[in-house]
Amino acid sequence: MGKYTDFTRSAPGTAKDIQDTKDAVQQPSSRSNVITAVNEDPSVRKALKSKKLRLRRRRKIREWGEFTLYLLPSLAGVVVFFFLPLLMLVKTSFQRSSTNTEFVGFKNYSRTMDNEAFIKAAKNTLTFAAISVPLAVILALLLALLLNSGLPGKSVFRSILLNPMMVPVASIVLIWQVFFSYNGVLNGWMADWFGSDPTDWMKSDKAQIVIMLLFLWKNLGYNMVLFLAALNNIPTEVIESAKMDGANSITRFFRIKMHYLSPTVFFVAIMSLISSFKIFREVYLLTGDYPYDTLYMLQHFMNNAFTHLDYSKLSSGAIIMCIAMIIIVGVLFFAESKFDADVEE
Amino acid sequence: MDNNELRTQRRMAATLARRNVYIETPKTNSFFESMTEEERAAFAKNSARQSAADKRRRKIRGNILTVLGLIVASIAALLAIIPIFFTFLNSFMSSGEIIDNYGVIFNSLSGYAQGGATFLSKTPTLKLVPQRVTVEQYKNLLFMSPTYLFKFWNSIILVVPIVAGQMAVACLASYSFARYRRKRREILFFSYIILMLMPFQVTLVPNYIISDKLGILNTEWAIILPGVFSTFSIFLLTKYMRQIPSAYIEAAKLDGANEWQIFIHIALPTCKSAIFALIILLFIDYWNMVEQPLVLLTDPDKQPLSVFLSQINSAEIGIAFAASALYMIPPLLIFLKGEEYLVEGISRSGVK
Repeated sequence: MGKYTDFTRSAPGTAKDIQDTKDAVQQPSSRSNVITAVNEDPSVRKALKSKKLRLRRRRKIREWGEFTLYLLPSLAGVVVFFFLPLLMLVKTSFQRSSTNTEFVGFKNYSRTMDNEAFIKAAKNTLTFAAISVPLAVILALLLALLLNSGLPGKSVFRSILLNPMMVPVASIVLIWQVFFSYNGVLNGWMADWFGSDPTDWMKSDKAQIVIMLLFLWKNLGYNMVLFLAALNNIPTEVIESAKMDGANSITRFFRIKMHYLSPTVFFVAIMSLISSFKIFREVYLLTGDYPYDTLYMLQHFMNNAFTHLDYSKLSSGAIIMCIAMIIIVGVLFFAESKFDADVEE
Repeated sequence: MDNNELRTQRRMAATLARRNVYIETPKTNSFFESMTEEERAAFAKNSARQSAADKRRRKIRGNILTVLGLIVASIAALLAIIPIFFTFLNSFMSSGEIIDNYGVIFNSLSGYAQGGATFLSKTPTLKLVPQRVTVEQYKNLLFMSPTYLFKFWNSIILVVPIVAGQMAVACLASYSFARYRRKRREILFFSYIILMLMPFQVTLVPNYIISDKLGILNTEWAIILPGVFSTFSIFLLTKYMRQIPSAYIEAAKLDGANEWQIFIHIALPTCKSAIFALIILLFIDYWNMVEQPLVLLTDPDKQPLSVFLSQINSAEIGIAFAASALYMIPPLLIFLKGEEYLVEGISRSGVK
């Protein structure tokens, strides 16, 4: 069979494939260029067919094997480091504790859901996402529109606005403290200019605003670049013909550009959502383990549970979050597909 | 002849004209027809003047709008860049000057006192330009406190293997996902996406459990290994590789290339900008990481600089600015070198 192995590379059922197979079955008489009917003998035909099938199967298996080989390193790692532990997590979430394997049903879940700290953390995280994600999307879109409206020095502005993304949070926290701490620069200015009483930015309800500023500062550049790319991809003919028809710039934006931008809007929203869940980093660096109430994020809850090694609490909390995330993203995807249905040309 | 009838006739004529049949239509009594030659000339002159004025007005308005836009964009750019500048400029002040300027902030902040902040009568002075430029801070940092260099090295030792490993694994995997599209593979790919979307809070617990089981907790491997197998770059690279025209691949196949050759000579070069962009993105992301070391590395000696910086801020304010500035130099250098790749990579990732 060694002779046939290289056939597996060519597309299935090509003329060459059949020709050579036929040669193998029917001896030298058909070496010439004369076309002979292959199907004269039913048994020959059958043999041919089965051989073809066998070759195709072998090719398929080979293809599968080859591509699985490429995937294998990643798959092994993902299974070991993510899928298996997630399964273990599900298992422990139904157990009394990590050592006591007694099945307790949904007790851990109800315990976590009743936990005041968890509720507070979840509420804070969701509030933060609900406010900052739309802001990040809209402001980035406005910036992109501004830069795209024929402003000189577009690429310079783009580079500058992209800069904050590169700066590690840990380095910039210092500046935020200088500005927003109780004795900080901002309070000093406020007192100088308006004579207002100092606000304790980090330890009042305004703390979320400070964190939001940091979040926007860091993420607007990335979102803006995504929008700029999408704006460049809108066919100019469509915009021009709308101009001809007398559509003003606002109508043009909502009726035409928005339709082309909608996939990007969803992409940006999802990316911002992911990074808004990562906001713990900023909060931790600014305020430490136990921040002001409105800044107590889910990660704080997790970290504090880690220090007590409360596995059942941890695992049920993680699973609840996982489900919530799947629901949020699912809704976004669903909305996108609904929205996209009439955009597709 | 009433107007409606006339309109019907003209429409009819237009329809016929499309079939190259031309018929006589009655003249309309338009405004233009009713004018005499002189009137027409005057009218044309007038309207020319008007449109010129219009154009001028529009140009002025456009200029004003551009200036306004420039102002807004400049403000945004200024806001974006000021904290970075501020850090660098302050890093060249002497320690004494720093304490003079900002000591008041960090005195009231020490130990993150709970609600214990008192407002001191002295307000801090925000200074951009140092009185005297010195490298005192840097000197102190690099030669007096060896922990800093240690932590810097820790950061490098964590980030470089993660980025290199993840790129190698991700290139192979996304090639497979891009070229072999069967139903079960798509399901697997979808589960990869979901894994990518999971916030840290969810994946950190499994990470902790598995590193505990494997006995690598509190070693670098507890962070490096999950980092290497993170699925973020697979998602973006697969998206990218699916855009490779199949004609390229078919042509290579006809020339007798095997899969490995296609991968090395076609897929990788085509995705070069995406790979560079991802390297940059991953580098920032992991250079920045705080959560994983906090949870997985309990030994403070092994923690990277990012965690350390949050502690230096309150304790040794004199060298904090230099430490922050040094910490942001590697990503900024990478950004300056690879900005084009980064922008192109980001742009292509968002567009379907």
